[in-house]
Amino acid sequence: MFFSTLVIGLVLGGTYALIALGLTIQYGIARIMNLAYGEITIAGAFFVFLLVSSMGLSPLLGLVLVVPLGFALSWLLYGIVFHPLVKRASHAGQLEIDSILVTFGLMFLAQGLFTMFFGSEFAGYSWLQTPVNLLGAKIAAGRVLGLLIAVLIGGGLWLAMQRTRWGVNLRAVANHPEFAPLVGINRNSAARVAFGLGGAIAAAGGAVMSMYQPFTAVDGGFLTMKALVIVIMGGVGNLGGALMAGLMIGVVEAYVSYAIDPGLTLAATYTIFLGVLLWRPKGLFA
Amino acid sequence: MKTFGILTFLVLAVGMAVLPLGIGDYGHGVLVGMMSYIVLASAWALFSGPTRYVSLATVAFFGIGAYTVAVLADHLPFGAILVVAGSIGLCVALLVGLATLRLAGIYFVIFSFGLAELVRQLITWFETSVNHTLGRYIFIEVSTAQIYWMLLGLGIITLGLRWWIGNSRLGLAVNAIGDDETVARHAGVNVTGVKLALFAVSSVLITLAGAIQAPRWTYVEPSIVFNPTISFMTLVMALLGGPGRLWGPVAGAVPLYFLFEWIATRFPDQNAIILGLVFVAIVFLVPGGLLSLIDKWRARARAAGEQAHA
Amino acid sequence: MLKVVNLTKRFGGLVAVNGVDFDVEQGEVVGLLGPNGSGKSTVMNLISGALPRTLGEIDFDGQRIDGKPPHRIAKLGLSRTFQLVRLTPSLKIRDNVILPLAFGAFPVFGSEAVKRADAALEQVGLAGRGDGPVQDLNYIDQKRLELARAIVTNPKMLLLDEWMAGLNPTELRTAMDLIAGLRDSGMTILLVEHIMEAVRALCPRCIVMSAGTKIADGPTETVLADADVIEAYLGKAHV
Repeated sequence: MFFSTLVIGLVLGGTYALIALGLTIQYGIARIMNLAYGEITIAGAFFVFLLVSSMGLSPLLGLVLVVPLGFALSWLLYGIVFHPLVKRASHAGQLEIDSILVTFGLMFLAQGLFTMFFGSEFAGYSWLQTPVNLLGAKIAAGRVLGLLIAVLIGGGLWLAMQRTRWGVNLRAVANHPEFAPLVGINRNSAARVAFGLGGAIAAAGGAVMSMYQPFTAVDGGFLTMKALVIVIMGGVGNLGGALMAGLMIGVVEAYVSYAIDPGLTLAATYTIFLGVLLWRPKGLFA
Repeated sequence: MKTFGILTFLVLAVGMAVLPLGIGDYGHGVLVGMMSYIVLASAWALFSGPTRYVSLATVAFFGIGAYTVAVLADHLPFGAILVVAGSIGLCVALLVGLATLRLAGIYFVIFSFGLAELVRQLITWFETSVNHTLGRYIFIEVSTAQIYWMLLGLGIITLGLRWWIGNSRLGLAVNAIGDDETVARHAGVNVTGVKLALFAVSSVLITLAGAIQAPRWTYVEPSIVFNPTISFMTLVMALLGGPGRLWGPVAGAVPLYFLFEWIATRFPDQNAIILGLVFVAIVFLVPGGLLSLIDKWRARARAAGEQAHA
Repeated sequence: MLKVVNLTKRFGGLVAVNGVDFDVEQGEVVGLLGPNGSGKSTVMNLISGALPRTLGEIDFDGQRIDGKPPHRIAKLGLSRTFQLVRLTPSLKIRDNVILPLAFGAFPVFGSEAVKRADAALEQVGLAGRGDGPVQDLNYIDQKRLELARAIVTNPKMLLLDEWMAGLNPTELRTAMDLIAGLRDSGMTILLVEHIMEAVRALCPRCIVMSAGTKIADGPTETVLADADVIEAYLGKAHV
């Protein structure tokens, strides 16, 4: 039981890590605290759900389609909503408060729209439910595939950020936004791309999540909260940190829900969060 | 000017106090709802207005107040329950504040974002695994009008406190903290202490608002009293009016309360959508709050007057 | 008045201040010099409590202050200005100055505070501006307001962190006269400054830092002629 709980935790944590990666990119590079982030994830999940349940397409195809859509949506959102706020803000604190408030509004708006179109019941489809034996633990094949996809996307992104010129540019903006223009990097377009990229990852995370777990129209808030906790635990803008922290949170949740009570998973996440805040506010891996 | 302000305030308070006399129970319910949001928005702004720490913990304290009443209703008189509720709110506020207020504002936002959910999970878990039941009945003999008067009293206390803080050295300190904590520290302000004190006072007021209203629901369950919409409504009302001003939260709470009541009856399913749009509209259209528009108009009128003279 | 022993500050692997010792006597005006990145501002931040020290001891007016939070140090009578002007724009000009009075060792508030704040504003050349918003002030006036805020409590010691940077020659003249006035009133001052004209005119004694360590300490003219100091500023070839 110990071992299979660990595997379940890692699978769960893989999705969390993937979702948190997008948020750490949005907050670390674009400097927008996006509290409607989980809604993009849920939008991705609903999109794949629609493709699978009403058109009978494969969730994998859905995943491929949802990534550019998530990018485009977030890219547009940055241009329409956040760019004016960035231009208006007199200092970083102002932008932070403004973006928190606006994204709150967007969160409500999105939750309202989802509820209107899809109702408030659980949505989900069954896919690859056949259990596979993973090192002694019986896990649905869909979950294992989900973990693999999460690791692939996360690892690929990390490589791209480390090795490509494009990744170096983005990291330069993240570390020293004030110097980026000096070396010819357009901060605004870098921020916009980063925000879009974060949205693409969020939507991909939603697609992966829908493959093994039913969800509701209002689940985005929890996802944002968990992603935020993971981002801060890993250190803002630290991709590797987010990956590690995401897996950790997943494992902790799996054990708490197995050994104590499934209703206490968020309480456990928050206890860890508080511990990190008090002990290492810059993140576990700083 | 000062005596004029106090007189207006007194007249307004008396006027609000006699309001329930001419109307029936439905009207009392509406008044309770409105007064509740006046208290919540003003108490929220007491801390979050000057310090600019955006708190989403409102419903955590509101729910703690209501749930304390539900637990103690059969064991203590109502007055004593309110004291207990306020003390619990105070302890939770001090714990949360000590843990999060020393850190950057964003950590506080995130933590307060989930605090209500955390408290709700803990209570639900405790009730189901220790008491083997979920949900409680409240039977306390209090009329709706009496609840309204208690809330009105709480509202007067809240506004009075905000007025007093605004005119004391504490007001200087909190505004300085909102601008630049380092400057405030070097000017001799115990920044953490001031933030903690304001957060505690604000949280106790919110806890009491929840406790006073609890008898209105005869049946209470964690998911009812920890409804996150209450936090968002409070936030959006205070922001609409302008959290930095004494009357700002009131000016935001009254119209929005009636707007949302109307929406809830006319378009019950689009509630969230409209709330979301109002949020976005406030940030883009009235970033400083409604009352700041008055300043702008005055400035424009003055400029126009000077032009006319020249 | 101020005694700094083996003061050390590390940021991760970087040693910004490395075992610095010096004393400042009552009534002295001392210049703290050094090239950019030599750790001067860090020393100021360590003294005022803005940053916690890694090692070492700081005594102020007979009390140990390292490890104390900045608001306690301020209450002991140590004021400062900041390298980049820092004001509180939600308060009107006078209230910026009342703030440290209201939270000083002997809190003053109300009409007495208004009187003292206006006196301080007058002293720095901002007479009659108290009711306006901070946003109305130009750069030199913002610097003046910052100084008024620092001296209104009549501190035992004043830390000026590049307070004269960015002023034009006329403004610099005014600024130097202001500091000279404070010196003549007996205030102990430690100032970080790049403007040599001001340093020569105001500071009989200078401390020079380079790469986190103290390389010279003595009468200004002697120190500025010191070979190590010239090397630190200009490189070896010029010695």
